[in-house]
Amino acid sequence: MASISETQTQKGLASWFRRDGKPMKPSTREAWYGYLLASPWIIGFIVFTVGPMLASLIIGMYRTDFLTETTFVGFKWYQNVLRDSLVRKALINTAIFSFTVVPINTALALLIAVMLNQGIRLQSFWRTVYYLPSVVSGVAVSLLWKWLYQPDIGLLNSVLGPMLRPFDIDPPRWIFSTEWALPSLIIMAFWGAGGAMLIYLAGLRGIPTSLYEAAEIDGASSFRRFFAVTLPLLTPTIFFNVVLNIIGSWQVFTQAMVMTRGGPNNATLTMVLHIYNTGFQNFYFGYASAQAWFLFVIVLIFVILALRSASSWVHYERV
Amino acid sequence: MATTVQTGTAVHQAERYGNSRVSEALYRLLLYGAVILGGIVFAIPFYWMMRTSVMPTTQVYLFPPEWWPERFEWHHFKTPFAVFPFAKFFLNSTFIAAGSAIGAALSSSVVGFSFARLRFPLRDIMFVVVLATMILPEHVRLVPTYLLFVELDWIGTYRPLIIPNWFAPAFYVFLMRQFFMTIPRELDDSAMIDGCNPIGLFWRIHLPLSLPALGVVLIFMVTAQWNDFLYPLIYIQGVPNYTVALGLRLFEGHMTNNMQALMAASILGVLPTIILFFFAQRHFVQGIVVSGVKG
Repeated sequence: MASISETQTQKGLASWFRRDGKPMKPSTREAWYGYLLASPWIIGFIVFTVGPMLASLIIGMYRTDFLTETTFVGFKWYQNVLRDSLVRKALINTAIFSFTVVPINTALALLIAVMLNQGIRLQSFWRTVYYLPSVVSGVAVSLLWKWLYQPDIGLLNSVLGPMLRPFDIDPPRWIFSTEWALPSLIIMAFWGAGGAMLIYLAGLRGIPTSLYEAAEIDGASSFRRFFAVTLPLLTPTIFFNVVLNIIGSWQVFTQAMVMTRGGPNNATLTMVLHIYNTGFQNFYFGYASAQAWFLFVIVLIFVILALRSASSWVHYERV
Repeated sequence: MATTVQTGTAVHQAERYGNSRVSEALYRLLLYGAVILGGIVFAIPFYWMMRTSVMPTTQVYLFPPEWWPERFEWHHFKTPFAVFPFAKFFLNSTFIAAGSAIGAALSSSVVGFSFARLRFPLRDIMFVVVLATMILPEHVRLVPTYLLFVELDWIGTYRPLIIPNWFAPAFYVFLMRQFFMTIPRELDDSAMIDGCNPIGLFWRIHLPLSLPALGVVLIFMVTAQWNDFLYPLIYIQGVPNYTVALGLRLFEGHMTNNMQALMAASILGVLPTIILFFFAQRHFVQGIVVSGVKG
């Protein structure tokens, strides 16, 4: 398949460069149509992706509020990023968020998917129950969780309080305490595990039952069947999701903005929230750009690491 | 030799049956217990939202909290509309979501078709770039696109929220392309023999066949735009132009001591996406399978 399309592309290239006034060959006509129909993406890619990314690098060299002031400052902002203690705080918070939410959510989603895949009754009902929280997101959900986390009359502490009372421990003050604010956002993120669960469930259904039958004949226990058959065959799906989750988790914003505004004492200041504050609240657009590039490079490093690691754990079927 | 093997299996099976009936039942019990318990944990926040929205004020702030309202007060659902133009917010959100979704569906299906069916130089490289932009953290573009829209004088309009989606967002191009790849090529050949050009081929054959995939794009885009917060926060000016998400946050600032009204507003805010999900559940699931499993 790949080799066929490659030779066709080469043929297309050859006809592309031959311009001798002769009537257009069908393949050239096809190529023109190809570009025409692909043009929305090509234009959008240049105008809304490549252009802005390059512009962002340059804006990062200016001190500008886009209105009154535009001064060239060279690499000052880029150097500042590395020294700024708030950026460091935001970086650490976001890293903690990402490195806890991604693995735990992946494990949780897998666990739920495997449970629902055991020929359980009312499967589609349970699937909906677990999936629904990830359909709703954004401000409404943040407001809801802010209410659940209310330390004095919130749901969470009304359940935890009586459980902890025998041990003489006060329940945490959640989003109002510097220690518990970030964990609060992390716990809340587990509620959205249903999105990945749905994908894994579909992946599980795609595994041929013949493989399980073969494993059963060989006397493999259900435990072993999971680790020898299910998990390896699911790794491409898991991998794809983990990569998307890494990217998504590094961009966490709404919860931090709506529930805590980065507080208390910057305990939930995330990278995107800090970029937003720097640019759109304090009007240092140059510095915000430099920070955005910093975030971009960091996410890119983690995505590349994930891609690199793929060969050692992602199982691709040889066709 | 053959008999020993058989008895071996028989013994093995007998063992399994004797033992397994009990352990199987225990296993099922644990399984159902875990599924039900987990389900309750996942559903409780929704319940709490609903229970709060209809409770009398005297009961909401009690400690320890009570689980069931002593009477149902529905008037909290009216408060958001009395304080802010919430109906207008719904209209605004609907306009943005619909405008974006239609644009995304049209543009990404055209582009997806060209990537799936037409041969042209650099096509495969371009498709790799599409995949690469899917894993691009988009906030690196935040400031420059803002500058672009300032220059275009689009700030305070809905254009910055809608127009970019008319230029084939990468994820939906990928989704549509994967779908078009499943349409048999024989259809193309017969249409081409009948003298169809690629645009005719797309319009008459592929587009009608791709309605399910287009549905997926529409649903995903509507949900994403409905829930979006950062971009409306940056681009929308003036309370009457607010989306539901912005309106909810504004409402929260004014309603710190009216939790019922805030939860009622939140319910109304998430209701459209939930209704959409229930009506289009099959498409939802299918879209996730296409985009996620085959990744």
